[in-house]
Amino acid sequence: MNLEVLRILEHDARRSAAQIAAMTGKSEADVAAAISAAEETGVIRSYRTRIDWEKAGDGRVYAFIDVSAQPERGTGYDKIAERIYRYPEVHSVYLVSGSQDLRVVVAGKTMQEVANFVAEKLATIEGVRGTATHFLLKKYKDDGDIFGEVATDERLAVTP
Amino acid sequence: MKSLSQIVQNTPASGIRRFFDLVAELDDVISLGVGEPDYVTPWRIREAAIYSLEKGRTTYTSNYGLLELREAIVAKHIERYKTTWNPRTEVLVTVGVSEALDTAFRAILNPGDEVLIPEPCYVSYAPCVMFAGGVPVPVPTRASDGFVTHPEAITERITEKTKAILLSYPTNPTGAVMSREGLQRVVDIAVANDLYILSDEIYDRLCYDSEHVSIPALPGAKERTILLNGFSKAYAMTGWRIGYACAPAPIIEMMMKIHQYTMLCAPITAQIAAIEALKNAEQDTAEMVADYDRRRRLFVKGLNDLGLECRMPGGAFYAFPSIAKTGLTSEEFAERLLREERVLVVPGDVFGDGGIGHVRCCYATATSKLTEALERMGRFLERLGTIGA
Repeated sequence: MNLEVLRILEHDARRSAAQIAAMTGKSEADVAAAISAAEETGVIRSYRTRIDWEKAGDGRVYAFIDVSAQPERGTGYDKIAERIYRYPEVHSVYLVSGSQDLRVVVAGKTMQEVANFVAEKLATIEGVRGTATHFLLKKYKDDGDIFGEVATDERLAVTP
Repeated sequence: MKSLSQIVQNTPASGIRRFFDLVAELDDVISLGVGEPDYVTPWRIREAAIYSLEKGRTTYTSNYGLLELREAIVAKHIERYKTTWNPRTEVLVTVGVSEALDTAFRAILNPGDEVLIPEPCYVSYAPCVMFAGGVPVPVPTRASDGFVTHPEAITERITEKTKAILLSYPTNPTGAVMSREGLQRVVDIAVANDLYILSDEIYDRLCYDSEHVSIPALPGAKERTILLNGFSKAYAMTGWRIGYACAPAPIIEMMMKIHQYTMLCAPITAQIAAIEALKNAEQDTAEMVADYDRRRRLFVKGLNDLGLECRMPGGAFYAFPSIAKTGLTSEEFAERLLREERVLVVPGDVFGDGGIGHVRCCYATATSKLTEALERMGRFLERLGTIGA
């Protein structure tokens, strides 16, 4: 697997095979083949766009929900995690160490909507013993991206 | 009024200054005229400096610099190049490489002493020699062989007044690097003619296709070499003004005397930041260098695709294409490109006669801007119509 190609794409998915070829000194055909192979094997999961929905005028409400769950013989937490992650409202689900078992991120239009989802759907799932909901108040940095920070070039235009 | 200093009057002003005024009149300029990283200093380094200020570390330091920093500098050179100095007597922390350079020339030169300087090169070398009462002797290098310094070009310029040779690989503005064998031949000449070597290795970490060869690591070199380096390029710390010199104790003692009376010491905040850089910023540097490398390949290919002949530079963050085919001088090319397409490049001849017919383009800028700059340059060349794009 060509890690250099992946690193470039991870940073900017819109780089063309030709640009990546120029950046890495490989042929365009080799880069295109490497990308196809990564797509086919699922190493590249998808290409998506990071959007500041707040700025776009369609802000969302996020909550981090710590779930304590009853594991099942044979499948552990997998079954219960699946019953949670199948809901489209659920943004992500992680099994974590510590006092809680699953960390669930839920997105909704309003706090009420998220609260209802937790009370009516999540908390009532068989095997869910308890939930603790933490609403997201402000996003500072998300997946390596510092929100609200616009890169500016402060350098003098000409220096020796 | 009596006349001002003759030495300073005789020193030409930097050819870059004019472009400052030009660029100030224009909007939407993409500047490839910079000489510094587009990164800000890695956070861990800034944080270490902030913490030191909170703790009230605001005093002078030893004239030589903080011992912890000198020890860290030596440790880094042992680790990377297997070269070592006594941190107590053979290392001087300075206000950027600039101060180290100035101090080094003043420490070794007597009036009229000549210093061999391969060109094209950084604009400060010759003026610093002149301010120190010396005479700069340019040693031309050629684009056709990648701007390496040839032994014959040196030997034929050695006179009884020759005191030192300055080397700066990787080179600003050409991005040139030299092979170990090539550098060894230059060192051998220095040994045979009893010359000091000043080696400005500020771009040592920005070597892409080969390992950097540090001059003092070469047989015969260390006892006559003043190694100059700093933190500006490797750690994106240009504004901190922090550098150092490593050399045999008698030379450092002389340099320290000048430094003591003119500068006292480098700023303590910058010294503390430099310690953090050496100890914990290796990964930050590696990521920056990997990114420069991608932009280097992208940009240099782009130049060649436009018909501007450019060798792949092995180091630093500059491309130095030939613009000879356009029929314009470097200065005309740079000025018209700036006025007509708002891309700022630096005329090659400001770096010495060897730069005639070239321009310097710094690719330490966002990839999207580099691509845009190439498009604008393409339009410019198409209008000129002198080379097949």
